[in-house]
Amino acid sequence: MAITNHKLTDAEYAQNFSDIHPPLETRDAALVDANRCLFCYDAPCTKSCPTGIDVPKFIQQITTDNLRGSAHTIFSANIMGGGCSRVCPVEKLCEGACVYNLMDEAPISIARLQRYPTEKAIAGGWTLFSRAAPRGRKVAIVGAGPSGLSCAHVLARAGVEVTIYEKESKGGGLMTYGIAAYKVTPEFCSAELDYILSIGGISILYGQELGRDITLDQLRQQYDAIYLAFGVGVARRLDIPGEDLEGVVDAIRFIYDIRANGFSSVPVGDKVAVIGLGMTAIDAATQARRLGAGEVTLIYRRTEAEMPCTEAELDIAKLDGCRILWLTSPKAAIGDNGRLTGLVCSRMRLGEADHSGRRSPVDTGETVILEVDMVIKAAGQVPYTDLVQSAGLDNDKGRIRMGEGGATAIVMPATAAIVMPDSTAAYAPVFAGGDCVNGGKEVVDAVQAGKDAAAAILKYAGIEQPKN
Amino acid sequence: MADLSTDFLGIRSPNPYWLASAPPTDKLVNVLRAFEAGWGGVVWKTLGSQVKNVSSRYSAVGYHGSRVMGLNNIELISDRPLDLNLREIRECIRLFPDRAMVVSLMADNDRQSWQELIKKVEDTGAHGLELNFGCPHGMTERGMGAAVGQDPEIARLVVEWVMEAATIPVITKLTPNVHSVVPTGRAAVEAGSQALSLINTIQSVTGVDLDTFIPNPNVGGKSTFGGYCGPAVKPIALKMLTTIAQDPVTAKVPVSGIGGISTWKDAAEFMLLGSTSVQVCTAVMTHGFRIIEDLCEGLSNWMDEKGFARTTDFIGKSVPTLTHWEDLDMNYHIVARIDPEKCIHCGLCYIACEDASHQSIALTPGQPYNTYTIKEAECVGCNLCKLICPVDSCITMVEQRHGAEYLNWKEFQRRGLPLNDH
Repeated sequence: MAITNHKLTDAEYAQNFSDIHPPLETRDAALVDANRCLFCYDAPCTKSCPTGIDVPKFIQQITTDNLRGSAHTIFSANIMGGGCSRVCPVEKLCEGACVYNLMDEAPISIARLQRYPTEKAIAGGWTLFSRAAPRGRKVAIVGAGPSGLSCAHVLARAGVEVTIYEKESKGGGLMTYGIAAYKVTPEFCSAELDYILSIGGISILYGQELGRDITLDQLRQQYDAIYLAFGVGVARRLDIPGEDLEGVVDAIRFIYDIRANGFSSVPVGDKVAVIGLGMTAIDAATQARRLGAGEVTLIYRRTEAEMPCTEAELDIAKLDGCRILWLTSPKAAIGDNGRLTGLVCSRMRLGEADHSGRRSPVDTGETVILEVDMVIKAAGQVPYTDLVQSAGLDNDKGRIRMGEGGATAIVMPATAAIVMPDSTAAYAPVFAGGDCVNGGKEVVDAVQAGKDAAAAILKYAGIEQPKN
Repeated sequence: MADLSTDFLGIRSPNPYWLASAPPTDKLVNVLRAFEAGWGGVVWKTLGSQVKNVSSRYSAVGYHGSRVMGLNNIELISDRPLDLNLREIRECIRLFPDRAMVVSLMADNDRQSWQELIKKVEDTGAHGLELNFGCPHGMTERGMGAAVGQDPEIARLVVEWVMEAATIPVITKLTPNVHSVVPTGRAAVEAGSQALSLINTIQSVTGVDLDTFIPNPNVGGKSTFGGYCGPAVKPIALKMLTTIAQDPVTAKVPVSGIGGISTWKDAAEFMLLGSTSVQVCTAVMTHGFRIIEDLCEGLSNWMDEKGFARTTDFIGKSVPTLTHWEDLDMNYHIVARIDPEKCIHCGLCYIACEDASHQSIALTPGQPYNTYTIKEAECVGCNLCKLICPVDSCITMVEQRHGAEYLNWKEFQRRGLPLNDH
């Protein structure tokens, strides 16, 4: 057993990481499903989309060959509508709400239909939005992920000059670094980013990390408003003995390395255990298999009824040959000469419901030992607590806490808030949103948070919200 | 098993389905394939003056994913040599003596031409003649086709010439490109035509190409008005058919119904409104002769279910139920009812009623599913919500009469009853 890279040939990597949801190739293919859409009023799909994309409208526009209009309908609600069509857990959002489900019929393939016009728009560089005349205002955004980019795009449309500070060397955030490569390819992420920036008025300063290269105080003195959208950081620690053995890795880091460094450069074990059963756990497990791991076991402490990932995601893992151990929780990592050789797990049973309403797992006292050479931790992510606290931001265990409106008369939307209302001529107000506030949700939630923040910033600055 | 066999003025066929005069009936090879597939009869594509066709010839109107809701053509009558057609007709009759062979005719506009043509066709052993007074394009410029059918007196004259020569049943085919088909129908019957068929195609422009700006079909950069047919024209055909079935003169003769018949249900509807036989073209042009199987099986099963032993048991049965508006019962009142168990919360009924009818549906917001209920006091019973609801039997119309007695508009007015109660 060994953790090694280059387990497969380039051709095998290419096959394993090819697009899992092939696009609708032709107009005919798109029309088959588009014409099934009932064009619901006050549509449940739209109401189930965090960004509120007018789904019936964009689908109807596909049927009338108004693809520019269709792309505009999508992007005006969600500028990452192309990426979201690939990564959204649609079974629990739009497609899960499609009224066809209530007829026991297959729902409309909203995600694939959404991909159809957006892909053409991005590939063709369609100009669908324009910028208002410059307003003489500058906004700094920290983080070029979905939330920051979404905020930036709305502000740019409104005529605001935007500078994004990004610690990585590429934009896109989680979309670029945190999601399985078979869902969004690096090429797509790069094209999507370029498309968002093509509106103009947005500059990204790469390799600029808040707290290291620039401070919040400096930003507050140089800009008219700040939007913090730096997301969340590494995977939560398991706090078990042996956690620091060689071979125990962080899922976020693992996925990041795959996305940033290429498939063949990422080491993977022969027998891998993945802790957790959220989307990140699935992405880590499936990609470990696709990198050539012989055995991958997902370790989850509750049952299928409580799992955070969708059925569709679980199916991907199962089809990739991953094993799932239900009601199992890691207890200790064991090793030999500092290298991981096994994982001791406790067998659990379900007890009383906890604060989340889910029944909590209780240790039965029984244990099982898994022979593994790699453990990937994917049991939630930890906020950038140090950064948040050192910047003096009000927080809840590292999550930025929403302000209450404070000194300004801004009506605060749900996901974006002024967190430093003591703005003066010298210090601009600070807004925050996305994962650094909510602790980690979907890309589509981050996009909406960025829109809400932009609306709040424009309102604060007395600038008209962008039309079109 | 119901008996589908049909006797149309002595022209017998094993079922009421004839192929209309059109490309599927223009030559031996097609017609033999049709008979092998089970078609009851054919009306051979119109014989007459020598013509030449252009390319292209068809264009279509699609709707919501269906490609040919309506079909338009600018093809003329048969462009094959007359003698060849006559030889092939004779051969088809020899091979399939139990099928109806009617031949469509459109001679030059003089007595001699019509009578010579009739003589030649009768020599083939054909069972009947159909006079093409309906073709809306190409022939009208020569004073033929619809140019005859649009003027009752010309039609009467031509039918008189025909009847002097014909010894087999004559069916006059009517054009719908008139304000009413009845005057020409009457003229034809009064001049001796033993039957009528309707409708021919409706003059149309199916659309304009938004890249070239040239209407369809494009013939070298130009287009021309064509004849429209297919499922889209069925309701117009049914209305015209009914006027023929209700007129005292035309009601005396059998009718062969034509116009968008694609399924056995369409056929049953045409027959309920007075058709003895029905003619099909567009459905075959889009799906081939094989559709005859379900046309027969569906009709037969429906007849069994309704207790009809033979087609004559129901031909014309619905005609008396189509009346004048002023004879409708004003005390009849229905209201919509939504079955909450079946509702899928699509909101289509709500928005239609709200924007386009009587604001009679209440919306109770929900996440993500709203609840929709009928405001019965506001509902006028228009049927719109029921028509657009995508779920079978989710919305039903429930009878809530305003009064027990039959009360028509004339009586309503006579009594001075109140208007504008909505």
